[in-house]
Amino acid sequence: MDFLIFKAPMLMVQASLDGILLGILFALIAYGMALQWGVMNIINIAQGDLVILGGYIAYTMYIAGIHPAWGVIVSPILMYFVGWGLYKLVINKVVDRDLFISILATFGIAIVFQQLMNFIFGADVVVAQSEYGTTMLFDNSVTLPNSKIFSAFVSLAYAVALVIYMKKSKLGRAIRATAQNARAAKILGVDTEKVYAATFGINAALCGIAGALISITLTLHPYVGLPYTVRSFMIVIVAGLGNLPAVAISGMGLGLFEEFADYILGTEFRIGAVFMLLVFILVYRRFKLSKKREYLK
Amino acid sequence: MNKIAKLFITFISALTLTLTSITSSFAKVEDGMIVLGSAISLTGKYSSNGVHTQNGYNLAVDRINKMGGVKVGGKSYKFEIIYYDDESNPKRAAQLAERLIKQDGVHYMLGPYSSGLTKAIAPVTEKYKIPMVEANGASRSLFTKGYKYLFAVLSPANQYLEVAIDLAVEKNGGKGVKIAQAFEQDAFSQDVRLGILDAAKRTGSKIIIDDKLPKELNDMAATLAKVKATKPDVLVVSGHTKGALTAIRQISEMKVDVPMLAMTHCDAAKLSKQHGKKSEYALCASQWHKNLSYKDKFFGGGKKYDRDFKKEFGYAPPYQSAESSAALLVFKDAFERANSFDRDKVRDALKATDMQTFYGNIKFGPGGQNVAKPMILFQVRCKGDTCENKVVAPTKWASDKFFHPIPPWSERG
Repeated sequence: MDFLIFKAPMLMVQASLDGILLGILFALIAYGMALQWGVMNIINIAQGDLVILGGYIAYTMYIAGIHPAWGVIVSPILMYFVGWGLYKLVINKVVDRDLFISILATFGIAIVFQQLMNFIFGADVVVAQSEYGTTMLFDNSVTLPNSKIFSAFVSLAYAVALVIYMKKSKLGRAIRATAQNARAAKILGVDTEKVYAATFGINAALCGIAGALISITLTLHPYVGLPYTVRSFMIVIVAGLGNLPAVAISGMGLGLFEEFADYILGTEFRIGAVFMLLVFILVYRRFKLSKKREYLK
Repeated sequence: MNKIAKLFITFISALTLTLTSITSSFAKVEDGMIVLGSAISLTGKYSSNGVHTQNGYNLAVDRINKMGGVKVGGKSYKFEIIYYDDESNPKRAAQLAERLIKQDGVHYMLGPYSSGLTKAIAPVTEKYKIPMVEANGASRSLFTKGYKYLFAVLSPANQYLEVAIDLAVEKNGGKGVKIAQAFEQDAFSQDVRLGILDAAKRTGSKIIIDDKLPKELNDMAATLAKVKATKPDVLVVSGHTKGALTAIRQISEMKVDVPMLAMTHCDAAKLSKQHGKKSEYALCASQWHKNLSYKDKFFGGGKKYDRDFKKEFGYAPPYQSAESSAALLVFKDAFERANSFDRDKVRDALKATDMQTFYGNIKFGPGGQNVAKPMILFQVRCKGDTCENKVVAPTKWASDKFFHPIPPWSERG
C-alpha cells in the first residue's frame, strides 16, 4: 500500500486524466463487443486480437511513410471486411450452436490471428510515432500526451457517429430490430444474415479504430490482445447491452479504477485488481446470459 | 473404422516404433560428425531472438568446420546441429529436449533462447547427464540449483545493471543515490532487480520507488508520474523490449526529467531506431558490443564478427547472436581438451574452461555461470537524426564518455 497519491494533489489530477483518457478508448472496444453480443449473442474472445490487427494496419502505414493517424480511417475500412469475412467463414457456421461452441470458435480465431500476426509482422514489440507532443498543465506538474487526447477525441467522435447511424440509417434500424427480436425482424423482411455479417464487420471496424489509436499511444505486439478482451468484457458486463452512454461511463470508470489501483495497491496489482473487480461484478451484478440462442438462420 | 484402416494404423505405428528404436541406437558421434541438439524458438513470441540465436550457432558451426573442425584423438570431426522448433513454449521445449536425447541420441546440447526455456530444459539434460552449453539463459536461479551439466557463456542477470548504480554513485561523488525502479514480474527482470538491491546496499543508496510491472502491462504512466513527483537520481527499468519501448515513449511524452536512465533490452527493442532522438542518453546493459577488444582465432575480433555476420545474414548481429556463436567455440575447446567423446570427460573439460573468445573471456563458476566477463553499458547518442549505441562503461572498454546528467526535456530539441 502506498499513499503517495493522497499527499500530492497533482498526482490525483494526473491519475484521473490518464484514467479517463484510457477509459474512453476501452469503451470504444467494449461498444463493439456489446453490439455483437446484443445482436448475435456471441462473446468474442478474439476482440483484443482484432484490436491489435487494426493497430498493425496503422503501423504498416507508418512504416510506409504515411502518418499513423490516418490509420483511424483506413484501419476500420479494412477491418470491416476482415470482420465480414470472419463471419462468413467461421461465425455463421457455429453461431446457432450453444454459447460454449461459439466461445471456443472465437478463442480459436484469436490463436490463429496471434500466430498470423507473429508470422507477418514478427514477434518484436513495435510503436508508431505520431509526434503530437505534449500538453502541460498546472506549471508542468501534469502532463498529457496529445496522442492520448487525440485518441479520446477520435473514439468519442466515432461513438457519436455510430449512435446516429444506428438510429437513422436503414441498416442501423435493421440491426436494432434484429437485436430486439430476430424472428419478428425476419418476418418483416429484414435480411438477418446480412445484418449479422454487418454487425460483425462493424465490431471489427471499431476494433480497427481502437488498434490504430493504440499504435500511437501504447505498444503493439502479436500477443497482447487478451487484456483488451477482458477489459471490454468487463465494461459490457457492468454497462449491459445496447446502452452506449453506460458503456462510455463504465469504460471511464474502469480506466480510473486501474490508475488508482496502480497508485494505491502498486503497479503489480493493476491487472490483478481488474480481474478482482470482474469477479466482484460477476457475483453482484447477476448478469444473466440468455440460455436460449436467438440466432436465426 | 474398417479393418483395412485399422491394419494400416497398426502397421504405421509399428514402423514408427521400429524407426525410433533404430535411431536411438545410433551413437551421435560418427562419420566424422559431432551432432549437437537444440530446441529453439523459431515461431511464437520469442521467434525473432530465437532466429538470432540460431544464426549465431550456424555461423560458428560453419566457421569451425571450415577451419579444420574439432580434433579429437588425432582425427578431425565436424559439427552438425539438429534443431527443433519449441514454439516459444517451455513445455514443448522440455519435450523436445527429451526427444533429442532419447530418439535422436544427441549427447551434447546447445541452449534455447530465454531464461524461461532454459529453465525448462535444464532438468531434462541434467537427468540424462547431457552437457549443455547455453548462451541465452541469464536468470540467476539457473545457477543456484546445483546443476552439473549446465554451462552459460553469458553474465548472469543480476549483473546487468549493477554497473549503472556504481556509475550513478561515482557521479554523485561517492555518496549513495536515490533510485526509482520498475521491473517486470518475470524471472529475468526480477533477477536484474536483485542485482540493483545488492548494489544499493553496497553503495548506501536508497530505493524510493520499487514498482513491479505485470506481464501484460503496456502503460507505465503511473510509475512515471511517481518518478516526476519524487525526483530520483536514477531510474532503472527492465521489462524486456516492451518495457524499454513503453518507458521511452512515456518518459518523452510525460516530459519526465531524471538525471540518469538505465534499462535492459534496448538493442533488442531497436530503441534508437524506433524512438530516435527520444531515446537519447538512455543507458543500456549489454552482454557484448562489437567494439570490445576481445579476440579469438576463429572470428578475429568483434568488428570482424560484425562484418562476417552481416555478410551472411544481412543484418548487424545483436548480442544474442554473438553469445550463441561463443557457445560453439566453448564446445570445440572442451572436446579438444577432453580428447574424448566420453560425456563425463567432456563435462569436466567444460568445467575447466578458461579461454578468450571474440565475445569475451569465459570461465565457469561453481553454478555454471560465466564469471570472467563483465557486463557493459552503452548509451544512446544521436547526431542529427541518426542515433547510435556508444560503449561508456566499464572504462576499460569505453569508446565514448558517459554523458551525465541527462538534460531536461525543456532543453532538448
